[in-house]
Amino acid sequence: MNGSIMPFAIFFASIFTGNILLTNYLGMCSFLSVSKELKTSTGLGVAVIFVMATTTPLNWLVYQYLLIPFGLEYLRFIVFIIVIAAFVQLTEMTIERYSEPLYQSLGIFLPLITVNCAILGVSLFMVIREYTFLTSFLFGLGSGIGWFIAIIAMAGIRQKLKNAKVPPGLEGPGITLIIAGFMAMAFMGFSGMIAIS
Amino acid sequence: MVTTLLVSIGIISLISVFLAILMVVADATIGNYGTVRIHINNGSKELEVEGGQPLLKALNGEGVFIPSACGGRGSCGLCKVQVTEGGGEYLPTELPWISDEEKKQHIRLSCQFKVKSDVSIVIPEELFLVKEFSTVVESIRDLTHDIKEVRLLLKDPAVITPKAGQYIQFEVPEYEDSDESVYRAYSKASSPSDNNHVELEIRLVPNGICTTYVHKHLKEGDSVTINGPYGDFFLRGTENNIIFIAGGSGMAPIKSMLLDMEKKGIKRKATYFFGARSKRDLFLLEEMRALEEKMPNFTFVPALSEPQKEDAWEGEVGLITDVVRRMVEQGPSSEAYLCGSPGMIDACIKVLNEVKVPPENIFYDKFS
Repeated sequence: MNGSIMPFAIFFASIFTGNILLTNYLGMCSFLSVSKELKTSTGLGVAVIFVMATTTPLNWLVYQYLLIPFGLEYLRFIVFIIVIAAFVQLTEMTIERYSEPLYQSLGIFLPLITVNCAILGVSLFMVIREYTFLTSFLFGLGSGIGWFIAIIAMAGIRQKLKNAKVPPGLEGPGITLIIAGFMAMAFMGFSGMIAIS
Repeated sequence: MVTTLLVSIGIISLISVFLAILMVVADATIGNYGTVRIHINNGSKELEVEGGQPLLKALNGEGVFIPSACGGRGSCGLCKVQVTEGGGEYLPTELPWISDEEKKQHIRLSCQFKVKSDVSIVIPEELFLVKEFSTVVESIRDLTHDIKEVRLLLKDPAVITPKAGQYIQFEVPEYEDSDESVYRAYSKASSPSDNNHVELEIRLVPNGICTTYVHKHLKEGDSVTINGPYGDFFLRGTENNIIFIAGGSGMAPIKSMLLDMEKKGIKRKATYFFGARSKRDLFLLEEMRALEEKMPNFTFVPALSEPQKEDAWEGEVGLITDVVRRMVEQGPSSEAYLCGSPGMIDACIKVLNEVKVPPENIFYDKFS
């Protein structure tokens, strides 16, 4: 693939064919527990988009300019986690202080996703796949959007599901996992379009 | 090899220190809301607290305890407080617990609502009496095969002033089956006049965090932290006949009320219906008989729903609801106090309606 369209191909691939949630099954915990209502899911989804799109390039800089020069690539797990945690905490404090409406809709969800494995996963994939700075940003953004789409789709389905008869043993997480499985298969339909590497 | 080790430790420390300093600076600038004032009950009390912390924590720090079962994680919905001024918008984490009616009254979940500026709140006066007590287990004894009586000696403060029938919260520390400390509410079974002791009656619930702790781990001499007293389940000062109904460890608050009546010389007509499955679920029979001797107007009616052959039971037989329906005569001039499982209480309220006890005279304490 041509080098200049590559970043954009990755952007779309990370939304559809390489959806972090539905192909890698990362970030399942908050996906299962917060997808009961459309409104809260939207808030959480936007927060994930924001955090992924910011922490991935941030971690790229840390990795390229701090870890590689000192030969400390193997420390990336712990360093990425610390960076993500500190960044999210700082963002939350700032939002809480300066923008009440933004805190209502976004800030309150930030602490919930600090330790979300999908966030760390995106930073780690970026390293393994040797992305550039721009690609990392687009990959983070795309993964966030993909996660957002998956959770609001699930929330919509679960709201409809309230009126459906679910066998008692499958209520709650059980039926949610089955639906997630169907959604993953549906997203596989996109896989012929663009491949992610 | 050694250099790699030192460099990696150095770099990690460097990054951590840098971020830590950043956080400390942010905490002191962005996160610093200065001191704020909390006006309680139209100026009857005023507190100065550090801003930015949840209301529940701010009040706790000043010795005002709001009942909360989950310890401030927004998962029990108990710590509701009316915020009359300075409340702002509801947070999404509060909404699942707040009804439309409560929204109109500006009721907030105090563990989620953060105090960032001066606020005015209204809380029940009696919460000022709520304190945290450090206690020592004086004795533990078996009342039945699955109910234990735990007697706590108060150390600091040494005196509690509850109304008979109120409850306290028992702090369960971390132990092998529970990796965080939790609070559970139990009714006080001892008389209010015994004001340096708290007696609890605790039934073993399979997989219950607190009941397992009390039944399997707690020993005499152990330290226990409690806070209280809470609740509006206490004897009203009227002249009505009294109907007490309880099952299992629901005995506790009723026993406390009876001891209080005996102590104060209250001579109202009182009947106590106690429901149990078979004889092995009955307890404190001698104590109740002794109270009947001392209080001529008091009758204790234990009833078994499934008496066993070896019980040789000659008392009342049947579900407690049937016994109540059969025996209550002056419904309209009675008031009822119920303590037990939600199922039992709902069934009993139905029967009390049938025998014409006015709904406003029915008081209950549901286990949940």
